[in-house]
Amino acid sequence: MADTTPDVIAAASAPARAGYGAFVEQVARKSEAIVIPVGAVIVGLAIYSVFLLCLGKSPLDFLSLMYRGGFGSSFSIDNSLTRASPLLLTALCVALPARLGLVVIGGEGALVLGGVAAAAAGVPLLGQPYPVVIGAMAVAGALTGAIWIGIIGALRHYRGVNETISSLLMAYIGIALMNQLVEGPLRDPASLNKPSTYSIGDAYMIPNIPGMDVHWGLVVGIIACIACWFLIEKTTWGFAARISGGNVRAAQIQGLAVGRLIVGFTALAGGFAGLAGMIEVAAVQGNANASLAAGYGYTGILVAFLARHNPLAIIPVAILLGGIDASGGLLQRRMDLPDAAVLVLEGLLFIVILFSDTLYGRFKLFNPDLWERNRT
Amino acid sequence: MSDPTAIGLWGVPLAILGGAIRVSTPFIFVSLGETITERSGRINLGLEGTLVFGAMIGYAIAVITGSPWLGVGAAAVAGSCFGLFHGWICKFPKVNDIAIGIALMQFGTGLAFFFGKPFIQPVAPHLPAIPLGWWSSLPQVRAALDVNALFLIGIVIAFALHWAFKNTKVGLIVRVVGDSSDAARAMGLNPNTVRLLATAVGGALAAIGGAYLSLYYPGAWTEQISSGQGLMAVALVIFARWNPLGCFLAALLFGGAGALGPALQSVGVTQGYYLFYAAPYVLTLIIMIATSSRTRSLTGAPGELSITK
Repeated sequence: MADTTPDVIAAASAPARAGYGAFVEQVARKSEAIVIPVGAVIVGLAIYSVFLLCLGKSPLDFLSLMYRGGFGSSFSIDNSLTRASPLLLTALCVALPARLGLVVIGGEGALVLGGVAAAAAGVPLLGQPYPVVIGAMAVAGALTGAIWIGIIGALRHYRGVNETISSLLMAYIGIALMNQLVEGPLRDPASLNKPSTYSIGDAYMIPNIPGMDVHWGLVVGIIACIACWFLIEKTTWGFAARISGGNVRAAQIQGLAVGRLIVGFTALAGGFAGLAGMIEVAAVQGNANASLAAGYGYTGILVAFLARHNPLAIIPVAILLGGIDASGGLLQRRMDLPDAAVLVLEGLLFIVILFSDTLYGRFKLFNPDLWERNRT
Repeated sequence: MSDPTAIGLWGVPLAILGGAIRVSTPFIFVSLGETITERSGRINLGLEGTLVFGAMIGYAIAVITGSPWLGVGAAAVAGSCFGLFHGWICKFPKVNDIAIGIALMQFGTGLAFFFGKPFIQPVAPHLPAIPLGWWSSLPQVRAALDVNALFLIGIVIAFALHWAFKNTKVGLIVRVVGDSSDAARAMGLNPNTVRLLATAVGGALAAIGGAYLSLYYPGAWTEQISSGQGLMAVALVIFARWNPLGCFLAALLFGGAGALGPALQSVGVTQGYYLFYAAPYVLTLIIMIATSSRTRSLTGAPGELSITK
């Protein structure tokens, strides 16, 4: 996905202008990237409202309940933020490869295996100091995720295997592997109804942020997003990645090590997903079990696409999607809607936002190049 | 069913054969549908969602009307609607067909779960099976050769498509559009219209594959009905080199791999259930690694296909 290239080209081809005019042009260009996605979300909600009206439900009730369930009280805000925390990391797992032009959608596999690896690393170390245990778990989780998704990048570059399909297949394999490990070699014999690994115990759990009912994983996710933004926008590596995402041939002619970039970025992406799994184990579940495959990897795809693969934009979008997810229960109880109502809304938003890709560069208001054309 | 160990380990290959026939049918339909779509130069990853929706609507209509064949028909109509939607939205510039496929996967699955809630409990009539094993006195052989009509229809479609791509005008049009939009335009064809229709037919076939799942094997509508068949079929099409007959054989192979776990379980091998469950995915991945290449493009690949570029 070469989102940045049109901007770059436009900026380069636009005639240089100074002072007030230049400022207006810049604002116009920047606002396109905000107005179009926000507009798309509004259109998506409007279509969904029609869908609800057809079923005889009130869209206003839906929206107000969604707001109340997601952000209406401190309890629901905490709930939304807790759900947003893994989404921040799984969205990075999609967004980073996307900047290189790769559609990797198998974050779920890296997440569950990262969780299992974290539990496997943490349990034998119990009794050691807290930082040792948590550090080992984080390294194990991130490393497992990095290898899992890094393989996909390597297969893509060195064997030409399509990364979209291979990543999704690897997600299925990863979930099967997790089930096998959790029910087999890593199982705590005491876990009868719900097979799980041994628990790490309350003393080793990641605590909540003071004053909130949200664990520190949220902060980790936000820092990761900011760091990734810095990596992509402000470093040479990020610049190289954006070039090869825009045009692989050009990158190769420039002598960029495209293979190393692809493997590095996919591994980093997988590392974040694996870390998300580790945090789910260490902050929420307490052990690794089948609940790890809760779909955070798949919702992360939507978050990344809504954020147009911009790591900073991932932060608000993940919180928004976390809120939508959190309101599912309330919607089910109050409006007698199936829990899939949220899935439908998310799918619809996804389609509308992808469709809105076609609108970039079409509106005169946002494209100073078109102003010029009219004047002459 | 009597004790499978009565015929010793022969039960395993028999169960795999029977399983291959049962499990492969949705693969046959989805992969044939995807072949048509991809031959026209588009890729529809949303077939997974179409398949789940087809499973739901097929089951629902069968429950309401009492006729499983009406269910299959309804699934085909719904599937072609999904296909039309994908085909329509992808004709706009800058819209990425792979990403739209992922979105439709989520949307189709979501819609199926949304409307499918009331149909989890009721029991729908099943599609009839044709007992091709009547000549045998062994119950295992009879069970393995109870073949569903849709499997046979799938074989017919595979051969018909193979013939049509080579010998008919429509087949040629689809192939030209898939290989070069410019050549097609020069011939006075509208690539978008051809792709729209090809995606619609592909969606209809994928939804029939889904209806088979809910109406025959496993034979009930649940939210876990699909285990990624719609997606694996996309990989299977690449493996089959966009050849309908190859799709059929590859589908049988995948079906066999999927039947491995249950077959071993039936003779008492219970270790590693989840690993056998993952066998089709592993097989797909290995095949993709083995058949892809970094330098040369795949033989038989439609020139306009984004996935092989």
